[in-house]
Amino acid sequence: MLRYVVNRILLMIPTMIAISIIVFTIIQLPPGNYLESYIAELQAQGESVDPQKIAFLKQEYGLDKPPVEQYLRWVGGMFRGDFGYSFEYNLPVTKVVGDRMFLTIIVSAFTILFTWAVAFPIGIYSATHQYSWGDYGLSLLGFLGIAIPNFMLALVMLYLANVFFGTSIGGLMGPEFIGKPWSWPKIVSILEHSWIPVFIIGAGGTAGMIRKMRANLLDELQKQYVTTARAKGLPPGKVLRKYPLRMALNFFISDIGSLLPHIISGAEITAVVLSLPTTGPMLLAALKSQDMYLAGSFLMFLAFMIVVGVLISDLALVALDPRIRLQGGVAR
Amino acid sequence: MNSVATGTLAEVGDTPGHVVSTAPFDPASAARLTVEQEHFYLASQWTLMWWKFKRHKVAVISGIVLLLMYGSCLVTEILVPYNLHSRHADFIYAPPQDVHWMHEGKFVGPFVYPLVKRLNMETLKREYSEDKARPYPLRFFCSGDAYEFWGFFEASFHLVCPPEGASLFLWGTDRLGRDVMSRIFYGARISLTIGLLGIFISFALGLLFGGIAGYFGGLPDMIIQRVIEIIRSFPELPLWMALSAVLPVTWSPLLVYFGITGILALLDWTGLARAVRSKLLALREEDYCTAARLMGASPKRIIGRHLLPGFMSHLIAAASLSIPSMILGETALSFLGIGLRPPITSWGVLLNEAQNINVVALYPWLMLPVLPVIVVILAFNFFGDGLRDAADPYR
Repeated sequence: MLRYVVNRILLMIPTMIAISIIVFTIIQLPPGNYLESYIAELQAQGESVDPQKIAFLKQEYGLDKPPVEQYLRWVGGMFRGDFGYSFEYNLPVTKVVGDRMFLTIIVSAFTILFTWAVAFPIGIYSATHQYSWGDYGLSLLGFLGIAIPNFMLALVMLYLANVFFGTSIGGLMGPEFIGKPWSWPKIVSILEHSWIPVFIIGAGGTAGMIRKMRANLLDELQKQYVTTARAKGLPPGKVLRKYPLRMALNFFISDIGSLLPHIISGAEITAVVLSLPTTGPMLLAALKSQDMYLAGSFLMFLAFMIVVGVLISDLALVALDPRIRLQGGVAR
Repeated sequence: MNSVATGTLAEVGDTPGHVVSTAPFDPASAARLTVEQEHFYLASQWTLMWWKFKRHKVAVISGIVLLLMYGSCLVTEILVPYNLHSRHADFIYAPPQDVHWMHEGKFVGPFVYPLVKRLNMETLKREYSEDKARPYPLRFFCSGDAYEFWGFFEASFHLVCPPEGASLFLWGTDRLGRDVMSRIFYGARISLTIGLLGIFISFALGLLFGGIAGYFGGLPDMIIQRVIEIIRSFPELPLWMALSAVLPVTWSPLLVYFGITGILALLDWTGLARAVRSKLLALREEDYCTAARLMGASPKRIIGRHLLPGFMSHLIAAASLSIPSMILGETALSFLGIGLRPPITSWGVLLNEAQNINVVALYPWLMLPVLPVIVVILAFNFFGDGLRDAADPYR
């Protein structure tokens, strides 16, 4: 058990290294280096360039060095909490980002909880009432959830909220809390504002989850042990709770690996439409202005979030499923 | 069978003569097949799939819808009343026009009333109303806006044209007075082909890498598995965004189109590769595969000739289920303004205009391009579901 956990954590290291190489390659892809384009841009705007600062930045990030050394500096900096320099904002990336990353984690975590809370009962209902009207209706709803792009859903929700409630649902907290330190009322305000983005982001994932839950449970329900349990005379509810549900529960945990990238993708684009103070809008802006250190840190952070999420789900699976625990962990 | 039976009977009698039935022996006599059964057992795998697929009504309807949509791409120029780029400076942000049938209680056939514009001096909003003085019947099979059919030859034939002296904006116009409906039909060309082209690339990549991993196992399998895991641990959309943001600005729109397709495919093949790998791992242990290897067949031949046909149907079903995610991906990228660029027009590019709340509140018809997106995604999902069920004809 312990060996599995240690192994699993060690396995993260090469993954993270590979991811960092990919991200670094992407941020290197635009022609020329950012400093050159930054200087050119400043000059085009008629602003004077402080040669001292340029020299400092060049030295600090090794921009005149070969790519391998730049990469090593970049990665080394991340361990010290230095994520590079945002040329757009003229500030170190850590200062620009603020608590956006934390808010992204909160929104994503809420979305996963929402997805589970909705998909679990509906999936069970659909599977146990296969081919009933309820099943058909919910399936159709699920397919619609998959088919409607979540940015459109966000726009429509904005529109509806505006028409029917006369309120703006954009943002993640009341305007009076923006830029203020963390406090209890601020947390409450975030909770109040987050349900709409959570619903929008979660819609697609939930629909997919319901379909998978239904299919999984249907497979389990046809197995012999269910027939045996019924033949023994167990009441239907107990049969369901005692056996197939527990099998299906495994999949709920293990599916985080595919759910989390989906949620984070959805969260990014929804955040752009609803202008949430999460990573989405800033990542988009950074990519558009080719502020590559900033974009790179966001990409690293999002990938890291997924890797950790999958790690947690694997560990939870070990704790939950004796088959994996006892066989020394041949999960997945 | 017959002879044995007579033999045992004969033993009971006093003269144990050797009696052989003279009737011609028919080995299949025990299990005589009806014509339909024979038909069924002799049917090829693809025929069986077709029969099974036909039973899935929703999938068949979805297939027809998809066929119609792809078919419309071939003749877009003829189907729509206006060209992709024709502007109508007098009709900016005109709302959708109704087609009427009855004028003052008399049946006229399909006609429209011309739009009259009025500038609301308080809100500065353009307000349109219908001038109901006289009906303007629609023209069919007519000559309208001139276009170059697929860039080959010039023509001006349309299925339906706006009447002389009136306009025909069934789904309204945008900020340059361009007909939204015509643009949506033209957008289908890009949006629908990006899915097909993308799946083609990702199918090839998935087959190649999944085939290598599954057939050879060992180190190549390890490496490919790790690569897939790493690609999958990226959130798709941000990575797409990053990659398409670094496409050089100097590229022509057409090049960007291929670039975006490549980017979409680059992240999509992992699922297919996994399916190929797991299927190959199972199938390569089959006896017929060992037999082929013992006869000296090359890996290429074994994979291509003996293994691939065994799960091609599954793969096609899986591929048709992953086309929607590509179409959605392109739509999302273009919506954010980092995907395709005008003059190339896809549904995402059209939706880019509906990006802010003002547009949604004032000109909701600009959100119409989302309808074909939803229809296509749903259709591909149902179609793929039907294919997947049909791919397993014996179940």
